[in-house]
Amino acid sequence: MPSPSGKAWSDVVLETLKANDVRLAVYVPDKILIPVLDGVRADPFFTAVCATREEEAVGICAGAWMGGMRSVLLMQTSGFGNTPNALASLAVAYQIPVVLLISERGTLGEFNAGQVWSSRVVAPVCAALGITHQVIERLEDVAFILGHSIKQAVATQSPAALVLSPLLTAGKVFAA
Amino acid sequence: MRRIELMHRLVAVLHEEAVVGGIGNTNFDLFSAGHRPQNFYMLGSMGLAFPIALGLALAQPQRGVVGIEGDGSLLMNLGCLATIATVAPPNLTLLVMDNASYQITGGQPTASAAGTDLVAVARGAGIARSDWAQDPDDFVRLVENALRETGPSLIGARIDDAPAAGQPARDPAQIRDRFMQALGTRKDFGAQVDNE
Repeated sequence: MPSPSGKAWSDVVLETLKANDVRLAVYVPDKILIPVLDGVRADPFFTAVCATREEEAVGICAGAWMGGMRSVLLMQTSGFGNTPNALASLAVAYQIPVVLLISERGTLGEFNAGQVWSSRVVAPVCAALGITHQVIERLEDVAFILGHSIKQAVATQSPAALVLSPLLTAGKVFAA
Repeated sequence: MRRIELMHRLVAVLHEEAVVGGIGNTNFDLFSAGHRPQNFYMLGSMGLAFPIALGLALAQPQRGVVGIEGDGSLLMNLGCLATIATVAPPNLTLLVMDNASYQITGGQPTASAAGTDLVAVARGAGIARSDWAQDPDDFVRLVENALRETGPSLIGARIDDAPAAGQPARDPAQIRDRFMQALGTRKDFGAQVDNE
C-alpha cells in the first residue's frame, strides 16, 4: 500500500531505522517482513543477521547495544512467544533497549489457527513485563511511532515492542 | 581439568577483551578468578552467552570478544553455533566449560554424559576451528591462538564439578553499566555532559 508520496510502509521503516542510526537488523524470517528484510540485506548501511530463534536474536541485540550499536529485532507474532525469558531476565533486568518490530499474524483474515492463539500472547506479555507496546496501523504513523519509540527506548534504557498491523501491511490472507 | 584453574589461566592471558560469562558456575568462577571491568555476568537468559558475545563482536570489531558457556546452557541453544558460523566474526572466541552435568540444579547428567560431543557439534555447525583442550597448558595455547588469529573459534574443556569459589553480586543494572563503561559505550554519571 504505497502512500501519496509513493513510499510503501517498508520504505518508511527502512528510512526511519537509518535516520535513528539503527545499523544492526537481527531477524527470524517472515513473509510480511520480506520488503524490510530484503532492504536491510541489500543496503550496506545495515548489518543483517538471521537468527535461528527469537531469544537468540534478543541476545545478539543486547550484546550489540552494550557494544555501542543500535539494533532492531524483526520477527512475527508467533516468534515473540519464544522471547519472554530472554526479555525478562536480560533486556528488562539489565535495562537494555531491545527494539522489537513484530509483524502481526493471527488477526484480520488469518487462515492458520496456530497463528491465532500464539499472536495473543504479545500484548499480555508486554504488559506483564512493563514493556511499552504500540500497534502501527496507518502508513502516516510509521515514522513517528517507530522513530520516537527508538528514541524513548534508548533514552530510558528500556525495550519496546511495535506491532505491524495487517491494516498497515495488508497481512497474509488465504485466498478463500 | 579444574574450572577455577582454567579461569585463572584465561584471565592471565587477557588484555582488553570483552568476556561474557554464561549463567551459573561458569560466570561465578570467571568472577572468582579476578573481576575485570570488561566482564559481563549473566543472571538468566540461559543459553545466550554466545549470542550476546556475537552482538558485541559485531558492534566492536576492533576488540576481541570471548563467550564462555556451560554444556547445559549451550545445549539449550545449539542453533547459535550455526548463526555464528554464518556471520563468522573474526574477533569472536567461544569457550565451552563441559562437566557433563547441570551442576547448579543438582548434577543431573547432560547429553555430554551420554556422548554428545559439543566440539564436534560446533564443527558440524560450521565453526571449523573447534577443538578440545587436552590439559590446562593446551587450553592456554588454544586460547592464545584464538585471540591472535582470525576467528571464530571454539574451545571445549572437560572440567570438574567443584563448587564455584565465589560469585558476583546479583545486580544486573550495575553489571551492565560498569561493563559498558569499560567498553567505552557509556559514561560515568559524573561525566554526563549531554543535555537530554
